[in-house]
Amino acid sequence: MYIAMILPTECRPEKQNGKPHINMEIEESFEEAPLHVMVFTYMGYGIGTLFGYLRDFLRNWGIEKCNAAVEREEQKDFVPLYQDFENFYTRNLYMRIRDNWNRPVCSAPGPHFDMLERVSDDYNWTFRFTGRVIKDVINMGSYNFLGLVSKYNESMRTVKEVLERYGTGVASTRHEMGTLDKHKELEDLVAKFLNVEAAMVFGMGFATNSMNIPVLVGKGCLILSDELNHTSVVLGARLSGATIRTFKHNNMQSLEKLLRDAIIYGQPRTRRAWKKILILVEGIYSMEGSIVRLPQIVALKKKYKAYLYVDEAHSIGSVGPTGRGVSEFFGIDPGDVDVLMGTFTKSFGAAGGYIAGKKELVDYIRVHSHSAVYATSMSPPVAEQIIRAMKLIMGLDGTTQGLQRVQQLAKNTKYFRQRLREMGFIIYGNDHSPVVPVLLYMPGKVAAFARHMLEKKIAVVVVGFPATPLAEARARFCISAAHTREMLDKVLEATDEIGDLLQVKYSRHRHSARPELYDETSFELDD
Amino acid sequence: MDFRRVKDYFSWLYYQYQIISCCAVLEPWERSMFNTILLTIFAMVVYTAYVFIPIHIRLAWEFFSKICGYHSTISN
Repeated sequence: MYIAMILPTECRPEKQNGKPHINMEIEESFEEAPLHVMVFTYMGYGIGTLFGYLRDFLRNWGIEKCNAAVEREEQKDFVPLYQDFENFYTRNLYMRIRDNWNRPVCSAPGPHFDMLERVSDDYNWTFRFTGRVIKDVINMGSYNFLGLVSKYNESMRTVKEVLERYGTGVASTRHEMGTLDKHKELEDLVAKFLNVEAAMVFGMGFATNSMNIPVLVGKGCLILSDELNHTSVVLGARLSGATIRTFKHNNMQSLEKLLRDAIIYGQPRTRRAWKKILILVEGIYSMEGSIVRLPQIVALKKKYKAYLYVDEAHSIGSVGPTGRGVSEFFGIDPGDVDVLMGTFTKSFGAAGGYIAGKKELVDYIRVHSHSAVYATSMSPPVAEQIIRAMKLIMGLDGTTQGLQRVQQLAKNTKYFRQRLREMGFIIYGNDHSPVVPVLLYMPGKVAAFARHMLEKKIAVVVVGFPATPLAEARARFCISAAHTREMLDKVLEATDEIGDLLQVKYSRHRHSARPELYDETSFELDD
Repeated sequence: MDFRRVKDYFSWLYYQYQIISCCAVLEPWERSMFNTILLTIFAMVVYTAYVFIPIHIRLAWEFFSKICGYHSTISN
């Protein structure tokens, strides 16, 4: 079993801007499953693969009708298109349990939502809607951390006014005629929220990463990226043409070794110094629920003179005493992180992304970003929703509702994680992260879990290969500030029951009173 | 009453077998094929054990007793 702890001496930052020390020991656990579970998991995949070969054989020889994609008759002698492992896996393993994904939602994805009921007559190759609607399903899958996603209510009045005044479409890019005063207002507000000099917003969160990393680095630069980074970051890194080296997840020794090797040996053939070294990390990793070790990375970056890019897609608005992200969570000056990136999809109930940092950096990105030149800018009602949400969190609308939501989320997270751990499930990740992955391991159990939860009117997201390693399929719960204690209790009760039915309580630490290993001086949770 | 409990326990056990071995996601004809093959292999193992294990144990016992007997005659 592997528990990682940060020693206080390494993570104590200097006094920044008069803020007090935050002395935290962080505990993240990635418990390993018992051996028989791994054996059964691989055995289950083996049986699925054998049956996959059998079905492929029957389809090839025409005994069974092939519902998947095939090449045309004239192209049968060309290089085969659909024989690689990914297509085999999709055709034979994913199709059998496909009914747990892409489930259509027909209301606002708040804490409760409605789903369209659908059935399949031919084992998930096609679906048809029965016409019935499953009402009031508890939503444990949407990224609704602060509960700002809901249907129209009185607080969204400003969004309606902006919609009446500006319409929906912008019909132009930032460089041409797509820069509205709403964008300027939003960018100033984002810079103020994050306590940095300037910010720039983009219409799509994925595109923010993939279009702007190539702007910052190019050939002759080195990218050190965490092995579990999101696809948008990986895509941006590959598009840039820089050399990419990955370090083990959240492992500072691995990162330091890579940094030292990079500086000592330089570029591969010519041994010249690297033009730039950029470290790419995320604030909260969405599949593991772990939080980046920011103090140590900032110390390393200062020692070896590298640049740091933090993708706060999940952590902005959801961690930190006032919801300002991982830098506030650790008590680090945001000016220490060179490029702060985040998205508005998760905590703000809108869409889009931002890049923030020093004014020179943001000015450079404004001129050179591919997204600014070619992609349409953010739609005005969406920008207004973000402005409204940010003012709510910062308290600028005069109430403390925003702060209450952030604290409610922290309370809910702590309660949920603690109860799940007591029940005996293997949970990954940091105790403060609102993303809770529960490990299920076997593909049959993954499908059974999702189906049983839906029968009890709870919607969860289950993830398997290829988003996670082959043997570590999981169910991922996303806690929201809008979940009441009764809802969480209902979900915990259902998870308990299904966990007993499916025998997924693999942890060796059942019912252990885990000592509270953190002492925070910045905010207290009253329970 | 007791029969119902036993039956429930066995159906729970069968369900566990089904989800662990992915039978729960297979189509019915695949399920029956897999169960048939597994039962056939199991039956063959049981039959082989029934036929051969007593003979093997007897032979092994004779072999080891002869060695121990040989040792005892040598030491004499």
